[in-house]
Amino acid sequence: MNEEVNPLPSLEQDQTSEQTIEEIVASLGDTVGQPRVDDPKMSVSNVDVFYGKKQAIFGVDLDIANNEVVSMIGPSGCGKSTLLRCLNRMNDTIPICRVSGELTLDGEDIYSKDTDPVLLRARVGMVFQKPNPFPKSIYENVAYGPRLHGLNRNKADLDDIVVNSLKKAGIYNEVKNRLDESGTSLSGGQQQRLCIARTIACSPEVILMDEPCSALDPIATAKIEELIDELRENYAIAIVTHSMQQAARVSQRTAYFHLGKLVEVGDTDTIFTNPRHELTENYITGRFG
Amino acid sequence: MRTFNPEGHTAHAFDVELNDVKHKVMTMGGLVESMVHNGLEALLTMDEVIGLQVTEDDHKANQLELDIDEDCTRILARRQPAASDLRLVITIIKTITDLERIGDEAEKLGRIAVKLSNEPNTPVYYKDLHHLGEHVKVMLRDALDAFTRMDVEAAFHTAAKDEAIDTEYSNFSRLLITHMMENPANVSHALDVSWCARSLERIADHACNICEYVIYLVEGQDIRHSNLDEMRKKLL
Repeated sequence: MNEEVNPLPSLEQDQTSEQTIEEIVASLGDTVGQPRVDDPKMSVSNVDVFYGKKQAIFGVDLDIANNEVVSMIGPSGCGKSTLLRCLNRMNDTIPICRVSGELTLDGEDIYSKDTDPVLLRARVGMVFQKPNPFPKSIYENVAYGPRLHGLNRNKADLDDIVVNSLKKAGIYNEVKNRLDESGTSLSGGQQQRLCIARTIACSPEVILMDEPCSALDPIATAKIEELIDELRENYAIAIVTHSMQQAARVSQRTAYFHLGKLVEVGDTDTIFTNPRHELTENYITGRFG
Repeated sequence: MRTFNPEGHTAHAFDVELNDVKHKVMTMGGLVESMVHNGLEALLTMDEVIGLQVTEDDHKANQLELDIDEDCTRILARRQPAASDLRLVITIIKTITDLERIGDEAEKLGRIAVKLSNEPNTPVYYKDLHHLGEHVKVMLRDALDAFTRMDVEAAFHTAAKDEAIDTEYSNFSRLLITHMMENPANVSHALDVSWCARSLERIADHACNICEYVIYLVEGQDIRHSNLDEMRKKLL
C-alpha cells in the first residue's frame, strides 16, 4: 500500500542528481555527539529502514531515556517521522517498509516474533499531527483503549482511568460536564489534548508525538508544550517537530536528521547555541537549501 | 579552528539585517578608535579644541549604542536566532557595551586635557603617556580588526597583550607616585595624569573583552576567566 510514502522528497533528489543518496550519506561521516544514555527506556541500534528499494534511514543509533523529551528535527524527508513510527511498529502497516537493526524497549527487541504489536502500541503510545478523536463521546474516546486492553475490572475502574487521564492531559476541567458529547465537538487544541488523554489511558511507558502542535494555534500549542513538560515526570517522550523553537522549548536532548542519517545529537542547550556539525548549524540558523 | 559566516540564510533579508548591524558595530568601533586617538593627542599636546571634539564624539558613540541595541532587540524578537546567529547577536550586544565604555574613557582623556590646558605650568608626562597610549591604541585596533574578520587567532594574540599593558600601567603609576613624593606641588597634576593612565589601561581591558567575545562567537566557547594559553592550545 501507499506508494505515495516517499521518504526522500524530490527537492533532495534533484539537488543530488549527480551523487546517489547513499554516497551523500556516506560523506556525512559519523554521528556527532553521544546517542547513548546510561539507562535507556528505548534503544535504537544500527537501524536501517527501506521503503521498497529506497533507503529512508541509514544506520541510526539513538537512546530515549525515562523522564526526558528527545526531539527529532530535520528537513522534510529526513527520516525523523519514519524512525518515530518504527518505535511502536506503526510502519508494519506499510507492506513495502522493511526495518533492520535492533530496536529495544526495556532491553527487549520490539521486532521479535514474540512481540505483539498491539500490546507494544499500548506501552508505546502515539500522538499524531492532526487531532484524530474517534467519532464517539469524549468519555468513550478515552475509555476505548483501557477497555480493549482489559485494564479495568469494572465500570468504576474505567471511570477512574478516564477522569485521571483527562486530568493528566490537562483537559478535565474543560470537559467534565460534557463527557457524553462527541469528541469531535471540541476545539483543535482540546481534541489534541483528548488524544493525549486517550494515549495516557492505556498506561504507556513511552509517548511518541509526531508534530503534535502543527495544526494548533499558539495558545493551544503552549498548553500542549506545558503538558509535555508535566508528562516528562512519568514517561519517556520522543517528539518530531518542524518548529525548532518548540524543540528548544520542550526537549532535553535534540537529534538532527539529514537524508535519513542522524547527523548530530546532544543536549538541546548545546545544539541550539553551539552545534558542532555544519549541517546542524545550517538547518538551525535557516541556511538550509 | 572553526570559521564564521554571517551570510547564506534562506531568508536573504536576515543576511542584510545581520550585516547592517555588524557594519554599525564597525562604524562605532572606528569612532571610538578615533576618540581614543584624539583624546590621547589632546592630552599630549594640551589641545583644548581636540579635547572638546572627543566630548562631542562621545554623544555619537552613545547614540550608536542605542541604535545597535534596538537593532539587536528587533532581530531577537523577529528572527529568534540560534547557534552562530544567536552568538553573533549576543557578541554584538556585549561588544557595544565595551565600545561605549571605551568612548567614556576617551572622553575622560579629552575632558582632563581641556582642564589641564587651562592650567599654568602643567608638567607633561609626555614620553610615558605616549608610550602607554600607543600600545593601547594598537591593541584596540587589533581587537577591532579581529572582530571585523572574526579572526580567533588574532583575538588570542591581541588579548595576550593586556598583561604587558597592565605592567606598563603599573610602572607608570609608580613613576607618578615618585614624582608626587618628590614635589607635593605636582600632586594635583600627577593625579589627573594618573586618571588618564587608568583610563588607557581600562581601554585595553575593554579591548581584551572584545577579543574574548570574538572567540566565543566563532568557537562557541566562553573563555572569560580562563587561562588564555590553555584555551588557545585547546582551540587552535
